[in-house]
Amino acid sequence: MLSNDIYVILPELVIVGVAIAALMFGVYSRREQGGNVLTFMALFFVGMGFWVAYRPPVGDTAFDGMFINDGFARFAKVAILWSGAAVLLLARPYLTRLKLLKYEFPVLVALATVGMMMMVSAGDMIALYMGLELQSLALYVIAAFNRDSLKSSEAGLKYFVLGALSSGLLLYGASLVYGFAGTTGFAGISQVITDNGMSMGILFGLVFMAAGIAFKVSAAPFHMWTPDVYEGSPTPVTAFFASAPKVAAMVMLTRLLYDAFGDAMHDWRQLLAILSLASMFIGAVAAIGQTNIKRLMAYSSIGHMGFALMGLAAGNQMGVQYMLIYMSIYVTTNIGVFAFILNMERDGQPVTDIKALGQLSKIQPGRALALAVLMFSLAGIPPLVGFFAKFYVLSAAVDAGLTWLAVAGVIASVIGAFYYLRIVYLMYFGEDADTLNGRMPMLHMAFLGVSAAIMVLGIVNMFGIEGMAASAAASLLN
Amino acid sequence: MTIGLEQYLTVAAMLFVIGIFGIFLNRKNIIVILMSIELVLLAVNINMVAFSTHLGDLVGQVFTLFILTVAAAEAAIGLAILVVFYRNRGAIDVEDANVMKG
Repeated sequence: MLSNDIYVILPELVIVGVAIAALMFGVYSRREQGGNVLTFMALFFVGMGFWVAYRPPVGDTAFDGMFINDGFARFAKVAILWSGAAVLLLARPYLTRLKLLKYEFPVLVALATVGMMMMVSAGDMIALYMGLELQSLALYVIAAFNRDSLKSSEAGLKYFVLGALSSGLLLYGASLVYGFAGTTGFAGISQVITDNGMSMGILFGLVFMAAGIAFKVSAAPFHMWTPDVYEGSPTPVTAFFASAPKVAAMVMLTRLLYDAFGDAMHDWRQLLAILSLASMFIGAVAAIGQTNIKRLMAYSSIGHMGFALMGLAAGNQMGVQYMLIYMSIYVTTNIGVFAFILNMERDGQPVTDIKALGQLSKIQPGRALALAVLMFSLAGIPPLVGFFAKFYVLSAAVDAGLTWLAVAGVIASVIGAFYYLRIVYLMYFGEDADTLNGRMPMLHMAFLGVSAAIMVLGIVNMFGIEGMAASAAASLLN
Repeated sequence: MTIGLEQYLTVAAMLFVIGIFGIFLNRKNIIVILMSIELVLLAVNINMVAFSTHLGDLVGQVFTLFILTVAAAEAAIGLAILVVFYRNRGAIDVEDANVMKG
């Protein structure tokens, strides 16, 4: 039924419509409307998040299974929309300062968000590819958004080249899977694998597709674009890269593996375990020499993706649930950290060197404390929420018989703790630096404070996210 | 000799590998990288169409049309970013994209 299909994808259609309307409004209005469009888009995302979460269910699939809107997809969509809204709100003061507040920015973020919502709902390789490209094309542009900056345009260029390469890998894999399974639908592929077993062609296709998606989630050994792109892009864009697209790519990978290749679990579990191991160690070791906080966050995100992949490598419902919890906590922490990084400035110039944090606790004790809590949480130090995130995925790995991976994860997180704690050390015991003297807007203060408070208070009941993630994971697997 | 699925797959695989090598081994010009990306996508298209005819199933050709459209959009965005980069850097050699080092 077409009308029913339309109803299922209504949220995506509404966002596309609003994005195009906002673009037209920006083009035809006399004055630069960047700020208004941006604030409107952020509030609109918040509202859409509630709508997606609470609207009455109308059947899970549309367009013959090409689009799946189950609880799993809805969980991811709410996370994507709200983290997108948070990043947009954080972006406004920074973009104003750098004279980058153009109406194209929120429009591109909205289009990327639609792409991500499509990715997490894709039930067919064509839908998956279209969603992925809509997201990627919008992200290439906003990476190079500060077009007068050499670094930003170089970041855009590098992201584009490696992103296009990863799409190529993914597509080559998709073509092999299509050729050997005879269909592009996830359900059909799964049926073929159940009936005839895993042929060599499908296995090759799976490996290529996994490599392509590993690029998007910046899992090692496909991570090399991440530090450069994170460093070069304008900081709000970096904050966006580190939140919503990671959730989307991870969820898309999960759905692909479980819905299409569920019976080939033996094959992809090893693959994911290796990706996870490499990411955790590269994220931990390569970050040690970094002094640029944006590069540091890039390596941090590589390491955290390793842990999230560990949940997937467990290959059971618990693993999926803990992956979702891990991603939610990671995104919440990151938004707080970036609320801080966005305000690292001296005399109006953005600063990214971590040495500038020396003795920050003397001048800005509140900010320093909040950042310290977030860093402890990222490092996974009990009793903060970040510890439970790690503990859950590790326990899922142990339950699934991947004890070696869990042990490696603990070692990697100990190594990684070094550079998180170094930031805390610099703030409290480091040498005096030229002080950061930017004034932090109230809104950023609120984001930083709330994020840090969640890391502390969340240990009571995790704000109920466990139950939501459990039902989301159950809706994927059943 | 009749030309069947294997021949098409071989050609596509060769084009794909040439494209990947073009991205990584090329040390001269970024435009060449953009061409290599097109080569990769076209290799996939050959694969898709060959499988589609082999299977007698139209979905592969529909997929090809989608890929062609997206490849065009991708090339447009890639060239736009390249122009922005050229304005800032004054050159488009691969070695010039080195302000940040990982």
